[in-house]
Amino acid sequence: MKLSGAAILIEVLAEQGVDTVFGYPGGMVLNIYDQLYKNSHRVRHIITCHEQGATHAADGYARVTGKAGVVIATSGPGATNLVTGIANAYLDSIPLIAITGNVATDFLGRDSFQEVDITGITMPITKHNYIVKDITELADTLREAFAVATSGRPGPVLVDIPKDIQLAETNFVPISKKAAVAKSAIDEDALKEAIQLISAAKRPFIYAGGGVVSSDASKKLLEFANKIDAPIGSSMMGLSAVPWNEPRALGMVGMHGRYAATRAIADCDLIIAVGVRFSDRATGNKVSFAHGHKVLHIDIDPAEISKNIPAYTGLIGDVKQVLQILCKRLPQFTHKTWHAEIVKLKDHVDNNLQMAKSRLTPQSIIERINEFMPKDGIVATDVGQHQMWTAQYYKFSTPRTFITSGGLGTMGFGMGSAMGACIGKNKKRTVLFTSDGSFHMNLNELATAVTNELPLIIVVLNNCVLGMVRQWQTLFFNKRYSNTTMNRCTNFAGLADNFGAKGFSVKTKKELDLVLEEAFKYTTPVLIDCKIDSDEKVLPMIPPNGSIKDIILR
Amino acid sequence: MANQQIIVSLLVNNHFGVLTRISGLFSRRCFNIESLTVGETENSKISRMTIVTYGDEYVKDQIVKQLSKQVDVKTVQIMDPANTVVRELVIVKIASKKSERTEILEAVNAFRANVIDFSTNSISVELTGEISKIDAFIEYVSSYGIIEMCRTGSTAIGRNGYCLTEKKKTIKGGK
Repeated sequence: MKLSGAAILIEVLAEQGVDTVFGYPGGMVLNIYDQLYKNSHRVRHIITCHEQGATHAADGYARVTGKAGVVIATSGPGATNLVTGIANAYLDSIPLIAITGNVATDFLGRDSFQEVDITGITMPITKHNYIVKDITELADTLREAFAVATSGRPGPVLVDIPKDIQLAETNFVPISKKAAVAKSAIDEDALKEAIQLISAAKRPFIYAGGGVVSSDASKKLLEFANKIDAPIGSSMMGLSAVPWNEPRALGMVGMHGRYAATRAIADCDLIIAVGVRFSDRATGNKVSFAHGHKVLHIDIDPAEISKNIPAYTGLIGDVKQVLQILCKRLPQFTHKTWHAEIVKLKDHVDNNLQMAKSRLTPQSIIERINEFMPKDGIVATDVGQHQMWTAQYYKFSTPRTFITSGGLGTMGFGMGSAMGACIGKNKKRTVLFTSDGSFHMNLNELATAVTNELPLIIVVLNNCVLGMVRQWQTLFFNKRYSNTTMNRCTNFAGLADNFGAKGFSVKTKKELDLVLEEAFKYTTPVLIDCKIDSDEKVLPMIPPNGSIKDIILR
Repeated sequence: MANQQIIVSLLVNNHFGVLTRISGLFSRRCFNIESLTVGETENSKISRMTIVTYGDEYVKDQIVKQLSKQVDVKTVQIMDPANTVVRELVIVKIASKKSERTEILEAVNAFRANVIDFSTNSISVELTGEISKIDAFIEYVSSYGIIEMCRTGSTAIGRNGYCLTEKKKTIKGGK
């Protein structure tokens, strides 16, 4: 059947199982939006306030569903507004398809109105990208884009479609099914080496990351941990992979990790790294981190093996598949002494740091909201202290429920991603922990949340400062608070009301309790402005490039 | 581990943007490029690149792995120096007074270079060879004065059965 490029785009989206896209119209995507209008029963389009919000929404959508998130933007500024969101998805290995319009092919390269070289700009932050200059290649390019974004280590892919390609017509041949990507076999020699390493270990430690979440391997990971009798520490991206109350779970490793997890990873004799990339925020000083134990690194991306921390053995493949084989081939192990040490570490006073009980602290806010949330409710964050507190104090029990910007550390990620995640899970109860700093960056999306009637509770941990930067200035810059004391007069509760949401403001624990009772009755956006002390700190903390020896506990 | 010269040969899709992709990858991952040559192969859909770089074992390992991840890259091969023929072309315009001409031509003969242009004030010479031979020639003629020169960068091919095939290099992890 003969179809225009814009119509082909819709057909391929439908073919790939896409029912929701996020985006913002503009001059060079008018034809695409015309097709979206005609096909609104097949593909739902969510209009945001800003293209950045749309990319973060598509990112959040992808994180909760495991499917590729799709974002559409016009040429020029529309396209450049996607850049932060694409980079964010790239660093967290999130499958994302960005579709941009561009000026017609004969206008390309002439600095035409709203023309930018978006494939050039996004080359370093996409897994791959395309500009389609031939209508006959459009359908297959789009299909390839989905395959690239979702296969192997997932990541963002951008397809730039000039206006004349959207208009041109060609014969479209539908395909009924996505071609299944064959999983490659696991290297037998490496498997044998891994089994030897695990068998020889007396103090094995499992370090689980986002790869466990993205390959849906949580159950297998627990089975594996039980089999080899090892504790599990997580990277921030891997936090939701292991339920908080699982006895083997030690929580987050790294700069703001739990004492027990950070201690245990330093004291073990074998780190079994599963779907993690040893970010500098997790390892601290690489030399002292790598000292004293061997590393068995399991990852789908060969380039991650020995990139940041030298691996004794690398096992390349889908994490779930590798764990399945290992579970089948390994005998049951028990490490009594190691296990006893871990139990002690978990009970250690430094592993159970508490904030003051008397005042409204970040810990008390997060723990209280946790009690109101359903087990599989979605928790999104922005970036900064509130993000770390959420990672430390929220009790995650379901994979794909923690939506946070790991690698890029994008302030402003929260609103968009929380909306996308909420929509991806059919308007499931969602809470966004944010701060006055981060929320100010992209609060415009409150309007989108209101329009779409999302059951979103926005909790602003409002300390009137840029808390994380202030914490570093306190510790490492002799309290010279350069540009972190905000002196802003924003009335967040009033702002929420004026956006059409419901705003609350609380100063005490008692007020919070009362407000929460009411807030959770709403199925539309609610904002709770929580006034907290400017000098609350994220602890423990291992200073940058430090090791467990340098840990700051109080 | 000490830095060493590394010659990487690649088979890549022959379309626009691929060169930028590869050179961009090198710069953002902080790998050096000493030289990069590219041209179409016997299959017009495929280009072959030869990249000369320096690095230790870590860099070598990362170069192969990062290149292999690129969608447009078909094959990555670190060329084994013992089994590879490497060639570069240089064109040098040498300042030549009448009195020096015979001497320069002797050098041209000795290096088996070719004269490609001849005028009252200069001789232009082309020379093909391994990097060390080119370096030696340039050093020798520089005493006469080099007006300008251009080097193509090295290109390399394996001997006899040592070939690049159009299949992604499989990578094993570890150590």
